[in-house]
Amino acid sequence: MSEDNVNTVLSLTSEQVPESEPSSLKLVLALGIAGLLSGIILVGTFIYTDPIIRANKEAAMKEAIFKVLPECTDYTTLILENGKLTEKIIEVDSKKEDNKDELLVYAGYNESKELIGFAIPGSEPGFQDIIGAIFGYNGTEKIIIGFEVLESKETPGLGDKIFKDADFQTNFTKLAVQPEIIAVKIGQKQNPNEVETITGATISSKAIIRLLNKTMAIWQTAIDDYIKENNLTVSEKDE
Amino acid sequence: MSELTTNNQSAQEFLKGLWEENPVFISVLGMCPALAVTNTAINSLAMGLATTFVLVSSSILVSSLKSVIPKQVRITAYIIIIATFVTVVDFALAAISPTIHKELGAFIALIVVNCLILGRQEAFASKKSVGLSILDALGMSAGFTFALLCIGIPREILGNGSLFNISLFGDSFEPWIIMILPPGGFFMLGFLLLGFNWYTEKKKERNLLKQERNSTNQ
Repeated sequence: MSEDNVNTVLSLTSEQVPESEPSSLKLVLALGIAGLLSGIILVGTFIYTDPIIRANKEAAMKEAIFKVLPECTDYTTLILENGKLTEKIIEVDSKKEDNKDELLVYAGYNESKELIGFAIPGSEPGFQDIIGAIFGYNGTEKIIIGFEVLESKETPGLGDKIFKDADFQTNFTKLAVQPEIIAVKIGQKQNPNEVETITGATISSKAIIRLLNKTMAIWQTAIDDYIKENNLTVSEKDE
Repeated sequence: MSELTTNNQSAQEFLKGLWEENPVFISVLGMCPALAVTNTAINSLAMGLATTFVLVSSSILVSSLKSVIPKQVRITAYIIIIATFVTVVDFALAAISPTIHKELGAFIALIVVNCLILGRQEAFASKKSVGLSILDALGMSAGFTFALLCIGIPREILGNGSLFNISLFGDSFEPWIIMILPPGGFFMLGFLLLGFNWYTEKKKERNLLKQERNSTNQ
């Protein structure tokens, strides 16, 4: 037997020895420790990044609100409960996850603390996926004064014109919400409640109109009530 | 002399990932991110860097823990290690750049199941020293990032008329929308694979010719 052959035989047997099944306890322990360590690392990363991620989200929301409500400099968050709007108390440093089910709007004020309108978020299935958007609503004149898409996976070059096409955006600078918003073809807008759809992106355009109508249906009465109340409180407090 | 050979070997471990064993063009691994997120150059780069971080960190851990991890549960242990780093990347990217995080979407989490990463752990890191594993991981991820950019840069230029979000041609350019849509990914990958295979075939032929000439000369 040559030296090489001896070596292979030896290495074979030495490899076979540790393979004689380590106890299951050892296996469970190894994975348990791995899981534990991984958990510690993840919790550490989460604690460190969570405040930054929250701040990012808030900044994005703030930017969107200021965009759809021109001249807005400050806003308060309002929550819809039992058909009534009340101010939402935001706890600073709260570690609670944002409740996705609660219905929120943002009341925007200008520099002299006058109410400009409400920034209302809404969502609706588009051509590809859910389109998330926010729009500015002037409650006293009942018109939409600004519109911004927050989330969309619409087809690049076609459906994404709902937020890239400047002409489409001009639909939402003075759009009446009563009677219900309807779609018309380009160049046929005659009434204040009509939106000119985008050629080649009719489905996406109509999704936006559905989004606006549906969201307005949820908020219309609550906002009307809030404005009535708000007028009272403003005149009483006055400063 | 021996130092020279180890240096050569180290360089070899790094370089093979870039070209000879390029994960995308030669091994055809990690097709899912290579097709799905390469519609812009910046997305390709972000995906490449995220994969680099995960691959290098997991390779370091796997190769230094190779004697501790029992053979029977090694794949599970690798997955735990990889998944941990992927989640770290996920959080970090959401904190650093929310826009890129949103565009890459689910594909960051899906780095866990990228065959390239698990493949390197099983085939290399679990058998070799820490140093070589790092070099191998760096080479492989550099090759992966390079490949993603090869797909992503032309797709963005043709499909959007821009590079890293900087407009190149002005308004007169009509973008080839299809290039940033999913089919564009397949077109680009197909062309690149064709190019790579054509090049390697040519190289083989040339080597054969050389050998023949040498043998006839002798």
